[in-house]
Amino acid sequence: MNITTQLEQRILILDGAMGTMIQRYDLNEDDFRGKRFTESKKDLKGNNDLLSLTRPEIILEIHEKYLEAGADIIETNTFSGTSIAQADYGLEEVVYELNKVSAEIARKAADKYTSLTIDKPRFVAGSVGPTNRTASLSPDVNRPGFRSISFDDLVSAYAEQVRGLIDGGADLILVETVFDTLNAKAALFATLEVFDEKGKELPIMVSGTITDASGRTLSGQTAEAFLISLSHVPLLSIGLNCALGANQLRPYIEILSKHSKVFTSAYPNAGLPNEFGEYDQGPQAMAKEVESYVNDGLVNILGGCCGTTPEHIKAMVELVEGKRPRSISKKEIAL
Amino acid sequence: MKSLPLKLSGLEPLIITEDSNFVNVGERTNVTGSKRFLNLIKAKDYEAALSIALEQVQGGAQILDVNLDEGMLDSEDEMTNFLNLIASEPEISKIPIMVDSSKWSVIVAGLKTLQGKGVVNSISLKDGEEEFIKRAKIVRRFGAAVISMAFDEEGQADSFDRRIEICKRSYDLLVNTVGFDPSDIILDPNIFPVATGMEEHRRNALDYFEAAKWIRENLPGAHIIGGVSNVSFSFRGNNKVREAMHSAFLYHAIQHGMDMGIVNPTQLEVYSDIPQDLLIAVEDVLLDRKDDATERLLEIAEKYKDTDTTKEVGVQEWRSGSVEERLSHSLIKGITTHIEQDTEEARLKYQSPLIVIEGPLMDGMNVVGNLFGSGKMFLPQVVKSARVMKQAVAYLTPFLEEEKKKNKDTSERRKVLLATVKGDVHDIGKNIVGVVLACNNFDVIDLGVMVPAEKILDEAERHNVDVIGLSGLITPSLDEMVSVARAMKKRGMNLPLIIGGATTSRIHTAVKIDPNYESPVVHILDASRAVTVCTDLLKDSKLEFAERIKSEYSKLRDDHAKRTQKKNYLSFDHAKSNRTEIDWESSELPKPKITGTKVFDDLDLNELREFIDWTPFFKTWMLTGKYPTILQDDVVGEQARELINDANELLDIIIKDNSLIAKAVIGLFPAAAVGEDILVYRDSTRKETKARFHFIRQQAEKRTGQPNSSLVDFIAPLSSGKQDYIGLFAVTAGLGIEKLLEKYIDDDYKQIMIKALADRLAEASAEYMHYKVRTDFWGYSADEKMSNEELIAENYRGIRPAPGYPACPDHTEKRTLFNLLEVEKNIGISLTESCAMYPASSVSGFYFSHPQSRYFRVGKIEKDQVKDYAERKDQSVEETEKWLEPYLAYR
Repeated sequence: MNITTQLEQRILILDGAMGTMIQRYDLNEDDFRGKRFTESKKDLKGNNDLLSLTRPEIILEIHEKYLEAGADIIETNTFSGTSIAQADYGLEEVVYELNKVSAEIARKAADKYTSLTIDKPRFVAGSVGPTNRTASLSPDVNRPGFRSISFDDLVSAYAEQVRGLIDGGADLILVETVFDTLNAKAALFATLEVFDEKGKELPIMVSGTITDASGRTLSGQTAEAFLISLSHVPLLSIGLNCALGANQLRPYIEILSKHSKVFTSAYPNAGLPNEFGEYDQGPQAMAKEVESYVNDGLVNILGGCCGTTPEHIKAMVELVEGKRPRSISKKEIAL
Repeated sequence: MKSLPLKLSGLEPLIITEDSNFVNVGERTNVTGSKRFLNLIKAKDYEAALSIALEQVQGGAQILDVNLDEGMLDSEDEMTNFLNLIASEPEISKIPIMVDSSKWSVIVAGLKTLQGKGVVNSISLKDGEEEFIKRAKIVRRFGAAVISMAFDEEGQADSFDRRIEICKRSYDLLVNTVGFDPSDIILDPNIFPVATGMEEHRRNALDYFEAAKWIRENLPGAHIIGGVSNVSFSFRGNNKVREAMHSAFLYHAIQHGMDMGIVNPTQLEVYSDIPQDLLIAVEDVLLDRKDDATERLLEIAEKYKDTDTTKEVGVQEWRSGSVEERLSHSLIKGITTHIEQDTEEARLKYQSPLIVIEGPLMDGMNVVGNLFGSGKMFLPQVVKSARVMKQAVAYLTPFLEEEKKKNKDTSERRKVLLATVKGDVHDIGKNIVGVVLACNNFDVIDLGVMVPAEKILDEAERHNVDVIGLSGLITPSLDEMVSVARAMKKRGMNLPLIIGGATTSRIHTAVKIDPNYESPVVHILDASRAVTVCTDLLKDSKLEFAERIKSEYSKLRDDHAKRTQKKNYLSFDHAKSNRTEIDWESSELPKPKITGTKVFDDLDLNELREFIDWTPFFKTWMLTGKYPTILQDDVVGEQARELINDANELLDIIIKDNSLIAKAVIGLFPAAAVGEDILVYRDSTRKETKARFHFIRQQAEKRTGQPNSSLVDFIAPLSSGKQDYIGLFAVTAGLGIEKLLEKYIDDDYKQIMIKALADRLAEASAEYMHYKVRTDFWGYSADEKMSNEELIAENYRGIRPAPGYPACPDHTEKRTLFNLLEVEKNIGISLTESCAMYPASSVSGFYFSHPQSRYFRVGKIEKDQVKDYAERKDQSVEETEKWLEPYLAYR
């Protein structure tokens, strides 16, 4: 079923945090290594993406919990699935496989739930994260012209990830948590190249991250500049996620909603972190904050980022029930 | 019809709508238009270069144009680096960037650094539809807006019909074929000068306006841009009129639909402040309202000439001044007409030829020196002044001799000895230094080229000189300069030594030459610095200066030593395994139409003339800028125009008299790569080896995906079983130059001009032969059609690297090449002991045909490669190190 048709009819719900759920399993180094990576010289604990290969049943279970809660779109467990991010673990060579298998797991879960609720099709979004390097910032204050990663290197790493996601059966590509727009441009460049290569196109979602109350991305762009910088790509949706809770994020969602000609998305954190660095905003409290997004017609896709759980998602599903999505037909050019 | 909003971004959005006021593009961070910016980039003073960018933003620029197209710059690297630096300055990077280059690869390098949505400046249909579509698609994938120039396969649009035809064709391709959002298209329908006196230029402005209007009505959404200062080109020097023309032009252009402009805001008058009579005259011209509009504007323009230019007095008037004033005027303006008459008058007045020289003549030359020093006069003018001085002195010489006989006590001027060192034949720079010094009251003794160390020292002692200056262009000359310094020390000399020439540098002087000699050794960057340095070396406080220079150079040495190898070098084996990947299996290796050697012993100079790249010619004369835009440069444009006129006149004479002969020899042979060498076979049986060329491989660690290249990578290896070919060539345009120079023995200006022209003709011969080889003798690009500009930009398939230059830095490979082509016998070029070619205006090198072959810099290499190379060349490591000294990473 076509996702655009769905989005024209209702607000779709994206799933919540993967990391938060994995923490609940209290896994140790051996769990992460599984049988296959016992010889690894580097510690692998914390490499959540790797669990798709070493503990696939856990990842499948988490996907199913979100689907059970009513999520329309689930994200593959591939936030750090590039050779650049996996280099920290010395696992560059498993990147393609990791993405393909992760997509297959999500595909299996989504298909199961689609067959259970035929009028509510479920979609798999291939998650493409920002990597741990920035293409437009120097890591060395004394050498402002220096870059730890080039555009070309990013493009080839992202292309490898996207190939795996498509081959594993993802319905959408989601370039998310964009803190440097140049990284995102490279990811999108790579995605379009892979589409050309495969002669097949998937809808693309992009989600940026406003770091703090300055209202800018880490690389310094305002929300509107971010939107313009990616306007060359035929996007399904553009939005914001992470870093802030729903209340703090709202002004920037408003800007995107006002200026964007495509669907908008928002998946904030469960509030701001407490003094222990934990996100403790409960499902009802968060639902109350995002309620104004829905009532004011700001979004087409809603979900949760750090600290959110199936309970949060369930609260959102109930919230959007019967509500009208943001209309894009009239938003020709708002200046 | 409305234009759709053009949305751009830096860190912040820029949205250009119908209601936006005119959008101002900052144009000072453009090396082709701003000499100051160019010099800062060349000096790698990025902090100051960034401050120019910041000034632009603070001055109201809404988009920043960045252009780093200059022959001596690695424009791609500079573009990447400068845009990266801009990205780290939020005050600058808040506005969108316009990536400006005539080289596509530089544009791509720029796009790879932009997180915002910038503008590409520019693409056009010049290279045909296929290339246009390909580039436009890439621009779109990077998410930039694009300027499309009204330029197609036939040339630049210069009429209303051509403008709209090309703009429509570009627009349709961009929208329908490439899928561009119409609002991301910026059309440039070409602003050309008006009031030039040429009938066909009368409608230039009007055609632009009408084209703008037509675009607005027929190409929905598109934006319209233009470089405004072009329109007033014929009123250079009259700022008042120019400013009026710019703002009147903008006023009408905006009304017709133009919405963006590249213009210097300081060159704009407020439209309503333009005096009524001037405005009417300007608009009559712009709108082509009257037949005599140009004449009337010229008339009115006189009235508005800048106050400082109104001081220009009529010919008759300057003749009525005192004799001192007249001499000074002739010197400054470079006029020889009255010089002998005035010099005689002065001689009678002062009663001593020496006092005439040291008095009024030298006073005039001091004014010239000061104006040059402060950048108000340019080198070609200075050389012309020197010519006037020389004539005056020549006139006075017989009287001087007489006076000397009577009175032995003639005061001596300070003497500078100049020489191009042994093994080197290049002397244009040295001659310029000589002229500039002579203009500043130094007595210059010029020993010419290929001067052995012993002769330099003997002559220095014989003439009792005050300073010795050494010059050289090729890398082995660096070593020879060290030898001269050592020899001076051995003789116990204490004369200051100055060093100059293209490959010399302050750091080389400090590290390699200075430690070998106790008295001062000073590197001189260009001729303009020679005077101050020589003066400082000889004045009363010279000891302090010497001490300062010594300690400065010693600090440079320390810093150099401390800067522990920043670069990582790979082992030679590792570098070899990272060669340029070429898929030989699928490569089509065209067989040349002819093989063996072919001699051309009288190339047609008229034909070569069309292949001249003028940009380096201006550089020789220390005028920086790219041809042809340099002719319109605010600062040096006038000089540049005068210079090229003189050059063309001289070239006419040379061609008419047949006084320079250009010859070429080429050879196309079966070849194969074996290891790091290329074998050249005698014939297609590939049994007998005719020669073996040795190449050097890049050894510095590369970014992932970047190869460690060597030229051998571009020839099919023997093991591939494919039949490949290599080309070799040598050309000269310097035959007959000695005789020609003799004709102008007292005219430094003409002498330098002849040498500069011969150099250009030699390069043109190389370009021409390469073209013939590609399209005919080898014939792999039989259908190639390129403009001179494209040839200069090397947009063709294949390369022609020269031994001694970055891709194959060993000069001694020339010996093999010369033997193989019998160059000396065939076309009369010989090699010096340093492997410089004589005549100096010669070029030699290799032809590689593979489409993937490209130029690169070998850079520094490690000892393991040097050893291997020495073994392959069958010479000692010491000998090898001597020739490759500047490239050794471990020294």
